[in-house]
Amino acid sequence: MSDTDLGPAAVENAAKRTRRLVEKSLKRRYRAERRFRAYGMLAVALGLVFVGFLFSSIISTGWTIFQQSYVQLDIRYDAEVVDPAGERDEQAISTADYSALIKAALRERFPDVEGRSERRSLYGLASDAGQFELRERVMADPDLIGSTQTLWLLADDRVDLLMKGKIDRDLPEDQRGLSDQELGWIDSLLANGRLDLRFNRAFFTNGDSREPEQAGVWGAVVGSFFTLLVTLLLSFPIGVAAAVYLEEFAPRNRVTDFIEVNINNLAAVPSIVFGLLGLAVFIQLFGLPRSAPVVGGLVLTLMTLPTIIIASRAALKGVPPSIREAALGMGASQVQTVAHHVLPLAMPGMLTGAIIGMARALGESAPLLMIGMVAFIVDIPGGLTDPSTVLPVQVYLWADSPERAFLERTSGAILVLLGFLLIMNATAVILRQKFERRW
Amino acid sequence: MVFVSSAEASIKTAPASRASGSAPPERTAAGQRTVGDITVKNPVIVCRDVNVYYGDKHAIRNVSLDIAHNEVIAMIGPSGCGKSTFLRCLNRLNDTIPTALVSGAISLEGQDIYDKRQDVVQLRARVGMVFQKPNPFPKSVYENVAYGPRIHGLAADRTELDEIVQTSLQRAGLWEEVKDRLEQPGTALSGGQQQRLCIARTIAVNPEVILMDEPCSALDPIATARIEDLIDELKQNYAICIVTHSMQQAARVSQRTAYFHLGDLIEVGSTDQIFTNPRHKLTEDYITGRFG
Amino acid sequence: MQTSTLVLLLLILSAAAYRAGRFRSLSLVGGLRGARNLHSLPGYYGLLTALWCAIPSLLILALWHAVDGRIVTQMVVAGMSSETQALPPGQLSLVLNDVRNLVAGAIPPEMASLEVQAAAERYIRLDSLSRLAAAVVCLSIALGVGGAVWLRISPNLRARNRVETIVRGALIACSTIAIFTTVGIVVSVLFEAIRFFQLVPVTEFLFGLQWSPQLAIRADQVGSSGAFGAVPLFTGTLLIAGIAMLVAVPVGLFSAIYLAEYAARRVRAVIKPVLEVLAGIPTVVYGFFAALVVGPMLRQSGEGIGLDVSSESALAAGLVMGIMIIPFVSSLADDMITAVPRSLRDGSYGLGATQSETIRRVVFPAALPGIVGGVLLAISRAIGETMIVVMAAGLGANLTANPLEAVTTVTTQIVTLLVGDQEFDSPKTLAAFALGLVLFLATLSLNIIALHVVRKYREQYE
Ligand SMILES: Nc1ncnc2c1ncn2[C@@H]1O[C@H](COP(=O)(O)OP(=O)(O)OP(=O)(O)O)[C@@H](O)[C@H]1O
Ligand SMILES: [Mg+2]
Repeated sequence: MSDTDLGPAAVENAAKRTRRLVEKSLKRRYRAERRFRAYGMLAVALGLVFVGFLFSSIISTGWTIFQQSYVQLDIRYDAEVVDPAGERDEQAISTADYSALIKAALRERFPDVEGRSERRSLYGLASDAGQFELRERVMADPDLIGSTQTLWLLADDRVDLLMKGKIDRDLPEDQRGLSDQELGWIDSLLANGRLDLRFNRAFFTNGDSREPEQAGVWGAVVGSFFTLLVTLLLSFPIGVAAAVYLEEFAPRNRVTDFIEVNINNLAAVPSIVFGLLGLAVFIQLFGLPRSAPVVGGLVLTLMTLPTIIIASRAALKGVPPSIREAALGMGASQVQTVAHHVLPLAMPGMLTGAIIGMARALGESAPLLMIGMVAFIVDIPGGLTDPSTVLPVQVYLWADSPERAFLERTSGAILVLLGFLLIMNATAVILRQKFERRW
Repeated sequence: MVFVSSAEASIKTAPASRASGSAPPERTAAGQRTVGDITVKNPVIVCRDVNVYYGDKHAIRNVSLDIAHNEVIAMIGPSGCGKSTFLRCLNRLNDTIPTALVSGAISLEGQDIYDKRQDVVQLRARVGMVFQKPNPFPKSVYENVAYGPRIHGLAADRTELDEIVQTSLQRAGLWEEVKDRLEQPGTALSGGQQQRLCIARTIAVNPEVILMDEPCSALDPIATARIEDLIDELKQNYAICIVTHSMQQAARVSQRTAYFHLGDLIEVGSTDQIFTNPRHKLTEDYITGRFG
Repeated sequence: MQTSTLVLLLLILSAAAYRAGRFRSLSLVGGLRGARNLHSLPGYYGLLTALWCAIPSLLILALWHAVDGRIVTQMVVAGMSSETQALPPGQLSLVLNDVRNLVAGAIPPEMASLEVQAAAERYIRLDSLSRLAAAVVCLSIALGVGGAVWLRISPNLRARNRVETIVRGALIACSTIAIFTTVGIVVSVLFEAIRFFQLVPVTEFLFGLQWSPQLAIRADQVGSSGAFGAVPLFTGTLLIAGIAMLVAVPVGLFSAIYLAEYAARRVRAVIKPVLEVLAGIPTVVYGFFAALVVGPMLRQSGEGIGLDVSSESALAAGLVMGIMIIPFVSSLADDMITAVPRSLRDGSYGLGATQSETIRRVVFPAALPGIVGGVLLAISRAIGETMIVVMAAGLGANLTANPLEAVTTVTTQIVTLLVGDQEFDSPKTLAAFALGLVLFLATLSLNIIALHVVRKYREQYE
């Protein structure tokens, strides 16, 4: 090794040289260090900007959804219109032309409006929904016939847009969507306090509608509820059972390895493929009804099962072996050990996993499009086989609508959806914190 | 009977060390004084009243010690007594642990290394370190050795780099074994080879001091013997600080030995003296195997 | 009898069976006192009886339900006039739809033809007959099997072991569902895809440059008229996924590095969950964002600098998809980076490397296999993502690499082909399954490779 032996002096020099060169390199390297750090900060900032932008654009277009324009009209329940025969016959009352009452009330308010087309645009200020409300009132209390009531009725969506400042008054008339004349009526109603923004009940209680002002999320919420109910009832027990078997009973062999690979892969298969499966198997092969929450639930079950299995297995892994040994040592069978000791301890973790799985299922729409849950459905579903849609699909449907007023509905529905997700995730977090144990 | 090192003297030999304020520096928190002469004639590193805390844990208490040029100093002591912690103070590797707090004065060639103006990059280039578990980077053998010279810009071109890699591997006694497999991953070598690779990696930047934290604990006796030979070679050029659990190893490779116990530096002295005639009871117990 | 009533009845029956089994076991040994002479706790005898009462009957019921709709329909068809029976499948199914609608009361009887009315009546009759038969069969199975087990109860019957065997069997059945799902996907998609490839040659589908499925349903076009070349879809998918990865990988990676290596613990504790919010947002929301916010915005800013940007540009969909994938990349990268052992970092710092040098030259290369695996998973996500592209990408199959133009993707086409009325024999519908097959195979292979890489990586550092 003598050829490599540099001797103290040489080493001394080498060390000095190192010192000098390092000194020289420092400036460049610290610049690179700062640059690198800046990239990181930039990336984080970008991420935060994206989050902020996403939420601000949704909230800014959607927050007005809680209010809706209503117009106050003096409705005279004209017996001539509602019940011309005067027999209080339910059939007759229910098929009467209630829109005529609204039209009459509007004519009364603006007596000097003449001509068919002008009148028609005057009638356009109130929403169609008014007539159904009037019918309901009369059906509930036939004594109203002949009397006069002052009511707040839904206004047209264009009026609503104007009220919420989403139509620019200064635009030329032909780009505005509201004529100068209509604007005049609206101003007159406003001046008399007969046009106002009130709490938007319709949005939270109605099903879908072609008219933006009448469209609501309740139908979709109920549809989502039924779908998730099926998903939860199927995926949680099955998922937990599968996890228990794989974690507690299964021998390590090819079959269980294969099952595991399958589960991991299924967790990463695009959701739309599950939709294809649902379409081909549940609808084509088994002949289950289209657009039904039960089919949606089945498809989402298959989709969320891997998530729940993986989370449940993690929860089971978290239970220390000493507990199993203790139970087995007392003479409990393996099934008893798991059922009495391991499962209860792992339950919070499993529930957390289930809630997270459900949250994902709630936001899922692609596979449901495949099985026809994308239909236009006005009625609130009443059961697992009624045609229905779900919240995210409702968002999709409304986002596709050309009317401007649907933009607000879309964002509003998104807010509702995000609200539910927030509640679910918060529950999961609280559950996790409350039951988190350290062994 | 017990020789007490002179604190005044030692502070004078440590020019950059901050004179401590209240507590007498040679007195450890446990009321223990370090036995033996902590000073040397030609110190490269001078430590005075070094304390290290990990959060609330007081891992090193008032340790003062000199490390000389061209000598091997062994640090021994029971597990958890703070040997690694002390070693990691000497190249400020404790800086990378968020909870760690170091106080006291450590100077390298008269410069306080914890001074604000002291650059850690510069410091670590001058004080190299070899770890307990061989930790070659997941790169080729060549790249492992070239890593330091590359980042520090020590080689102007590829030929120079090749030369540095070759001489470093030669001095680490690894060249003959790996000269045909420089492109293979460093992790594919045997444990002993990996450790020598790490040593080569360290000397490739031409440090002034090499810290070795139990460099042989993961190795078999033959690999250990090779490393020990290597240490013997290297000490002609470098100051080497070696932590070891093997008393024989300390006796074989080192000229001075320091015995640590629960964060205190109990005794320092020439290796011969420590192993044949320990002055402190704790040292004696440890050496004779009554402890740890 | 309604199915739900029947299920309820079966459950009540098994509850009764539980009590009966328990009671019998106890009475055999002379009450609670003698319970120690039983092999198992009395509850297990009850459980065993109840399980045997419920499981076979419920299984039979499920099976019945799976097939009875078809059988009834076939019997109804068999009872119809021969002209109707001779109708092509598409029209026959329309007639059957009328029958079903009539039965469900969705259309008033006056609107249906006499034959349909007659068929509907037969349908109702057969259906109620089938329900009745199901009830009789299931209840008698429940009583019969449950009773047989009840009779076999004896103190020596190893009831607990048997119950546990049943439980174990049920657990195994549940855990094989994953396999069945995979098999179901493969078989169903493959089956329909093969039917498609009988109409359109595979080579044409895989290499054809022209995609216009709408033409094919016109009467003057044959199915294999050359409109099913999927290359534009593949390139469109790759273009959008590529843009997404260009956004997601750098941003995700750098934010992971920053949060894992640089950020103070408190900063990390705040920022990480905020970024992870992006992962919890439903894709339809991103679709909305892409279609109604980013798309128009890009178009406008394009106009500002004189660029012609399509309002359904690949760029908008890709950008938003990238944003969606950021947290996916960053959390995976974070895992991989923190998995790199401390000793490697120490080794690098010990040589005097700065933090960024350590990250760039040691940590990142060491974590690279894991990160590559994560990126592969992210690509698989981007390829399979549906809602964003359905809402924000175009429908026209453009063969272009220009991100400012509108392109369409595999998933978009699957949705467009399958949403709305479908005839299951038209190549248009079947094409969706062929696309689904390609999508499944592509993502499956990406996933397998990625999971393998990641697992190998994890094993390397224990
Ligand atoms: N990062 C850390 N955080 C908190 N405490 C630590 C940390 N590192 C070490 N310690 C504690 O500091 C004390 C000294 O540890 P150190 O690693 O220096 O011991 P050691 O003498 O090297 O032991 P060994 O011979 O086992 O390597 C120990 O009690 C240890 O628990
Ligand atoms: Mg140590």
